[in-house]
Amino acid sequence: MRSKKLKVLWLTGIACNGNAHSFLNYPYLAQFMDRFEFLYHPIIESKYTLVDIINQDLECDILLIEGAISIEYKKDTTSIYDIIQKYSSKAQKIVTVGTCASFGGIFRDSGYLGASGLHFDRDIELDDFKNIKSKTISISGCPIHPEVLVNTLYSIREDIKIALDKFLRPKEFFAYTVHNGCTRNEYFEYKIDNHNFGEREGCMFYEHGCQAPYTHGSCNKILWNEVNSKTRVGLQCMGCSEPSFPKSNLFNTKKNMGIPEELPLGVGKRTYLTLAGITKAFNIKRLETRLFND
Amino acid sequence: MSINRASKKEKRKEQIMQGALELFASKGFYSTTIPDIALSLKMSVGNMYNYFKSKDILAEEILKFISAYLGKELQKINEKDISTQEKTREIVDIYFEVAMSKPEMIDYFLRVYLSNREIFRDGCAGMICVNEFVTEIMIYFEEGVRAGELRDQDFFSAFGLFMGYLGGMVFLKGEHILPKELDEYVDDISFNIYKALSI
Repeated sequence: MRSKKLKVLWLTGIACNGNAHSFLNYPYLAQFMDRFEFLYHPIIESKYTLVDIINQDLECDILLIEGAISIEYKKDTTSIYDIIQKYSSKAQKIVTVGTCASFGGIFRDSGYLGASGLHFDRDIELDDFKNIKSKTISISGCPIHPEVLVNTLYSIREDIKIALDKFLRPKEFFAYTVHNGCTRNEYFEYKIDNHNFGEREGCMFYEHGCQAPYTHGSCNKILWNEVNSKTRVGLQCMGCSEPSFPKSNLFNTKKNMGIPEELPLGVGKRTYLTLAGITKAFNIKRLETRLFND
Repeated sequence: MSINRASKKEKRKEQIMQGALELFASKGFYSTTIPDIALSLKMSVGNMYNYFKSKDILAEEILKFISAYLGKELQKINEKDISTQEKTREIVDIYFEVAMSKPEMIDYFLRVYLSNREIFRDGCAGMICVNEFVTEIMIYFEEGVRAGELRDQDFFSAFGLFMGYLGGMVFLKGEHILPKELDEYVDDISFNIYKALSI
């Protein structure tokens, strides 16, 4: 194990700072700070000011980028492109923190010229910054799950080889769908979506727009704040870790004559409908009534 | 059981279903007995039970057999690279063609399955036994909406319009009320259905 702290630069592009805030929810932040030090972080007190970062040429081990980027977007008077170029050449790894930095996300529509992620504009790969692509890891999510970011940083620190998917996301966290580990799976299996937002009962895929069956992430394996997830608490997955985020009409399942337009990942339409026809024949009282106060 | 023997048994099962189908369609489900079916196939009653344990099971298997047959025909149409309007015409065409060349199949659907629901309550809950057919109709609708040709609506309101119309025409033909052959109605009926379902 390395003894010295890794120097981390948290650079904010066109962003709401949601990832910086989500990071603060990491429950073992003090231990983290024993292993890493921030050259600069937008919220946590750090050694240098943003002006120092821009004007000086500091040593940096990991460059974290939050938010969408655009050649037009400046920090002080310097384009964020130039700051990324300077520090990415020194850094051992670059991590795009959140969906905006990875794919453009919400701030893709910010009005800045060509606002996008570092390597991807939604799912289209970009030519800019191709020279640093081999060093980049994408941690998508709106916001990022703090444990996913921190565990990735620890892996970098310990020189552990990180297997990535085609969008540079660590497979350890993104090879699964959010559906994996959902506590509503029984309702999903029998196609029962008698859900009201915030309630325990019902699957939200069939009517309420849940994107978990085709969204990559570990939300239901590594719980948020160590206790919960959107789907567990009664809100549908909005697909926030995908290049396609944000879609519109998030609270409704888009259907064509009653058939969901987007099916669980890798499932063919014909087989899905065959299975649906069979499961619809079940009539399970236990799952169709309230679990409490019935 | 060897593959050869298994496929022989399957073939024999199909022959029994075909024989039973014709009897059910002509004499009615309740008036047809297992010995009647055995006799028409020149089989012993005991041997018949080696293939189907009861008349109700035979009735279910026939239903699945017809659904699979029609489902496969519709799948061929669904997999063609043609517009929904053209698919509509082809579905109407194949349905009437089957009604003319194998009238016992559509008759069974209308006169046995839809008229004697009590027989199918246990083994064929919901749409399990007609799944293959209904799945293809669903795909036809879904792809029609996705292509921007059909109007999005509740599945059953569209399904009822389509199948109710076709079933009604075959029923009228069976009652000898239609003045013309079914295939002479294909143009008008597919035009009407497409017009009713399109945007």
